[in-house]
Amino acid sequence: MAGITGKDAVLSNYAVALEAPKGRSLTQDALRRLVANKAALVSIFILLAIILIAYIGPFFLPWEYDKIDWSSIRKPPDFEKGHYFGTDQNGRDLLARTLQGTQMSLLVAGVATGVSVIIGVVYGAIAGYFGGRLDAVMMRFVDIMYALPYILFVIILVVIFGRSPVLLFVGIGCLEWLTMARIVRGQTLSLKQREFVEAARAGGAGPFAIIFRHIVPNLTGPVVIYATLTIPEIIITESFLSYLGLGVQEPQTSLGTLISFGAPVAEAMPWMLITPAIFLVAMLLCFSYLGDGLRDALDPKDR
Amino acid sequence: MDNRPDILRIENLGKTFSIGAALFSRPLTLTALQDISFTIRQGETLGIVGESGCGKSTLGRCILQLLTPDSGRVLWMGEDIASLPKEEMRKRRRDLQIIFQDPLASLNPRMTVGEIIADPLRTLMPELDAVARRAKVLKTMEAVGLLPEMINRYPHEFSGGQAQRIGIARALITDPKLIVCDEPVSALDVSIQAQILNLLADLKDEFGLTLIFISHNLSVVRHVSDRILVLYLGRMVELAEGDDLYEAPKHPYTRALLTAVPIPDPIRARQRTIDGLEGEIPSPINPPSGCTFRTRCRFAIGLCAEERPPLENTGHGLVACHRWKELELQPGA
Repeated sequence: MAGITGKDAVLSNYAVALEAPKGRSLTQDALRRLVANKAALVSIFILLAIILIAYIGPFFLPWEYDKIDWSSIRKPPDFEKGHYFGTDQNGRDLLARTLQGTQMSLLVAGVATGVSVIIGVVYGAIAGYFGGRLDAVMMRFVDIMYALPYILFVIILVVIFGRSPVLLFVGIGCLEWLTMARIVRGQTLSLKQREFVEAARAGGAGPFAIIFRHIVPNLTGPVVIYATLTIPEIIITESFLSYLGLGVQEPQTSLGTLISFGAPVAEAMPWMLITPAIFLVAMLLCFSYLGDGLRDALDPKDR
Repeated sequence: MDNRPDILRIENLGKTFSIGAALFSRPLTLTALQDISFTIRQGETLGIVGESGCGKSTLGRCILQLLTPDSGRVLWMGEDIASLPKEEMRKRRRDLQIIFQDPLASLNPRMTVGEIIADPLRTLMPELDAVARRAKVLKTMEAVGLLPEMINRYPHEFSGGQAQRIGIARALITDPKLIVCDEPVSALDVSIQAQILNLLADLKDEFGLTLIFISHNLSVVRHVSDRILVLYLGRMVELAEGDDLYEAPKHPYTRALLTAVPIPDPIRARQRTIDGLEGEIPSPINPPSGCTFRTRCRFAIGLCAEERPPLENTGHGLVACHRWKELELQPGA
């Protein structure tokens, strides 16, 4: 880019050395608003604490989640033996199992949400941007998928992926993207009318460059909010499936499985229900509050 | 002026939109543009004026192939770009750029100013590396009066006038030959409008640009344009040199538009005959027969409803009116 005038050279050097002050991006603005929201902030801390405890806690416990203590079966909390939350019918330490169950619930929720976000965003953005007949066909397919019974698919998936909970939830993520695709398509329909998309076309950008450089980044708000609200939904789905015996397989466990074992014996051995229930409820509430906080922080109307 | 070569030639351009297409209903046809033909010489500024919905912006977008015209040809340096394949058209986009009306809406809120201005370079000049791109961005920012420190800021941190400078920088960065300015100042404060107009004039001289200046504001158009094209309901009404058009408008519609321009002098304003337009623009879905302006024209006669007036050469430009010769004899009519 050397020009005739010396100005180009000066500017080239300047371009390398330039340290222009950073602007405040919309994301930074949103984060500041999120931090100002007390409920959301507390939720973030509790969630972080739960995640840390779930993953690091087991290393400090005297018992493993699948280790049977033959001397204490169906026992209430016993600090001397290290069963801080008691044991289950098979003599396994309940705290260790709850932590492992929390890990499993977080893992499947994260995997399924991730898969559904990726599929939903790509599918919805393509349908919305191209519009017309392609949009009609793609969205009718979504309608058909909605109409088919969810649980039927899940049972088929269990047959296919039975022994691998993570794969099972990749499969569930492949079913969860429908709503995300609708939300993203709707947003894309309005975004593609904006002048900056036309400016990008005048700048020679192709359809996929426009979708991924200009439209998808502007979808952050609704996608993040919806994803945050999908996580608890999947945790509940997992609990429900585990309750039916379709989810995680023994000796591994999940919060739903623990609750399903604890519920029938809640009167005789309340600790078996209370411990996993506290973790589950805390996580669900925190994700909901975080989702609400993110919606307030990212909502473009408040900008 | 006349010895400069034609850079763009529009021939019989037409564009229709079909609206309300549903499964069981026949779509309505909206004629946005019909039979538009004109040429632009290199270095000229052509103003396009008309009321809302007359097809000004559609025309600008058809020239840039952001909308595909239904009929007619767009000859850019002698080559019909309306029939070019997309890949070929993309190469021509370096030469043809656009500035938008709403400066903030035309900037991607998630990108920094530097990224926005550099965006056309990624596709149109892929040979440049990151440092060369950045140098070019800084050079262009300087040309439009933006400080280099602003390069990492985001659009929402700017005022309307500054945002429009960013939009101009993005249009300039590929070294274009023609820029379509689609109401570039209508969304700005009056004090800022002057700045942006002067900037455009300076840039035009500095880079040898040809401008198509679309606006509904006649004073603004007069300030910048060499020639002016008046559109009504998607048809050409009058095309003339700026001064001729303002001093001696031929078409009744142009006269009506000119008398609607406010005069900043109460005495003169009271003296002039008010020849305002009555009624609304007819629907472009179902335009009047013959001359489309006849429903609002004080001088309409039977012929106007029967026959569409052809574009006639007046010696100073083109006009589409059956009675322009008679009307010329009664000044102030």
